[in-house]
Amino acid sequence: MAVAATEQPAIVEPTRAPRTRSSRRAGAGWVSYVQALPLALILACFLLLPILMITVVSFWDYDFASMYPDFVTMNYADTLGSWVTWKTYLNTLKYAFMVWALTLFIGFWVAYYLAFHIRTAAMQMVLFLVCTVPFLTSNIIRMISWIPVLGRNGLVNTSLVDIGLIPAPIEWLLYSDFAVVLAMVHLYTLFMVTPIFNTLMRIDRSLVEAARDAGANGWQVLTAVILPLAKPGMAIGTIFVVTLVMADFSTVQVMSGGQSASVALMMKNQMSLLQYPAAAANAVVLLILVLFMVAGILRIVDIRKEL
Amino acid sequence: MSKGANIDIVSVSKVYGSTTAVHPISLTIPAATYCCLLGPSGCGKTSTLRMIAGHESLSSGDIRLGNIVVTDLPPARRGTAMMFQSYALFPHLDLVDNVAFSLRMKGVDKTERRARALDMLKLMQMEAYAPRRPAQLSGGQQQRVALARALITDPEALLLDEPLSALDPFLKIRMRAELKKLQTSLGITFVHVTHSQEEAMALADLVVVMNDGRIEQAAPPRDVFERPATAFVARFMGDHNVISGKVTGSDQGMVYFDIPQGGSFAASGAPRETGSTVDVGIRTDHVRIGEAPGHGLGFTGVVSNIEYRGSTVKLSAGGAGIEDFTVIVSDTDFFARPVSVGDAVPLAWDAEDAIVLGRLDS
Repeated sequence: MAVAATEQPAIVEPTRAPRTRSSRRAGAGWVSYVQALPLALILACFLLLPILMITVVSFWDYDFASMYPDFVTMNYADTLGSWVTWKTYLNTLKYAFMVWALTLFIGFWVAYYLAFHIRTAAMQMVLFLVCTVPFLTSNIIRMISWIPVLGRNGLVNTSLVDIGLIPAPIEWLLYSDFAVVLAMVHLYTLFMVTPIFNTLMRIDRSLVEAARDAGANGWQVLTAVILPLAKPGMAIGTIFVVTLVMADFSTVQVMSGGQSASVALMMKNQMSLLQYPAAAANAVVLLILVLFMVAGILRIVDIRKEL
Repeated sequence: MSKGANIDIVSVSKVYGSTTAVHPISLTIPAATYCCLLGPSGCGKTSTLRMIAGHESLSSGDIRLGNIVVTDLPPARRGTAMMFQSYALFPHLDLVDNVAFSLRMKGVDKTERRARALDMLKLMQMEAYAPRRPAQLSGGQQQRVALARALITDPEALLLDEPLSALDPFLKIRMRAELKKLQTSLGITFVHVTHSQEEAMALADLVVVMNDGRIEQAAPPRDVFERPATAFVARFMGDHNVISGKVTGSDQGMVYFDIPQGGSFAASGAPRETGSTVDVGIRTDHVRIGEAPGHGLGFTGVVSNIEYRGSTVKLSAGGAGIEDFTVIVSDTDFFARPVSVGDAVPLAWDAEDAIVLGRLDS
């Protein structure tokens, strides 16, 4: 009796269902293209078109006064053939690596503390907002405010000299690689905290208990359960930080006092000399490099679950 | 390999801030028993289980497993293993690594722990899925893996937190049978938290009915069903009508009582003080439509609802100060003499089917 009852609708359904379903599918297909149109237009106008223009310009010829539409590979040859370019890229990559390592370390622990050691959701939100408060001021202000702290007669140096720890002010605190990396870590750590915090909040707390039940100590819970599950957040944070550092020129210029260079700074200088095609070629090279780096990160870590 | 251990819970309580989740309770679960902690949500059954497991600290009291007081031991050193409600399988590990997790924490080398994990998966008939991740499994398969992971630690007691609640009804019944078979073959103590009385009746050797942080009754399922200790147990198990009244007298194993603005009834039980309040349980399936065999063993009720359930028919009736009285009659009896909603019918039961229920002294 139960078999007959379940079979009957199954016999009726195929005769009616396919027609309505297929017609609905065709209609839905049309509608979904229309729905995707606004975003597609925005991306085309503000992302694809500019990149296309940069690529086109990078093959143009130029002199001190103007650009000439052309198809020359001179700009790429100049860019890639110069040891200055290679050194600058190497320097930028060095910054990227150092800032990435530091923001990842700091960002993970801040996120871990927020996610696992703050018990109430309200307090978590409050503390997370506290993390974001500095970001209500401009990048430049936050960067420049390091100068009176780190300078030769700045807060750090005066304090240390006054206590008698050092006989003379430390010179490398400001206008050095140290200052650049410090300012960048300050500027970009939140971009690491946010995605990692997000990932950690999604970890089922019973997994931690299951690990403890299986005899894991605190360190083992961290390394065997939490860290592997935090990887997608770390990857997203890494993409943010690496792309931001690779494209940074103002921090490098201000905090190194003009003594260090980055790829973006090199481009900015080329543009101020009206060498737009050279800057465009440089931009294309940087874009390709960064895309490879992002592709590499995505190959190692599957971030689809986070999106 | 019978090696289960007694679990002794000695006046254990759990207080969160100003709320008491578990009042001091004492319970002995004999070795190799299938014990079900049964009760509505918020009754303290899960807190009790988590205290046995060591995931929750005790506010007072002690827990002994076998001869060892485990009150202050971490979960892994208690000889218990826990199976979590949502199974809590590690999503980033394949099934073998999931099962081998506790061995990895102990530092067992990789080939040995994977071999042992694979053996355990074989026991659960899951070896074909070994390279998969938990997300690629169905609910029932995940449960088997969670069982394998819990059992690889060779526990003396397995603690299961609502293990069947995530499964669909058919799978629930199948996995239920598997759990019982597993417990019998392993010979270890199972403590199983559930809110389903049907599940508890089907599985348990010992049913512990909890309510409001207290144990209402701890007894074999048949006792809980036939002789519920309290009105709560009788209502929760759902097979008794519970009526309350004031005692008017006791005589020869019978207690007589009146329902305020209602009828006078009788029930079998030890003598009670005249004038005290008494709860009486009457088996729904032992009530029949017919004349009462004696004084106070029936009333005339007006049928308010009729539900056909296949082999039985459920009638709801009211009268004599009783608002909702359930009668389960067999379909043959019902259709031999059908009644309809609004009819006044005589309802009757035998003296031994109406029992005086106890009260928790709180």
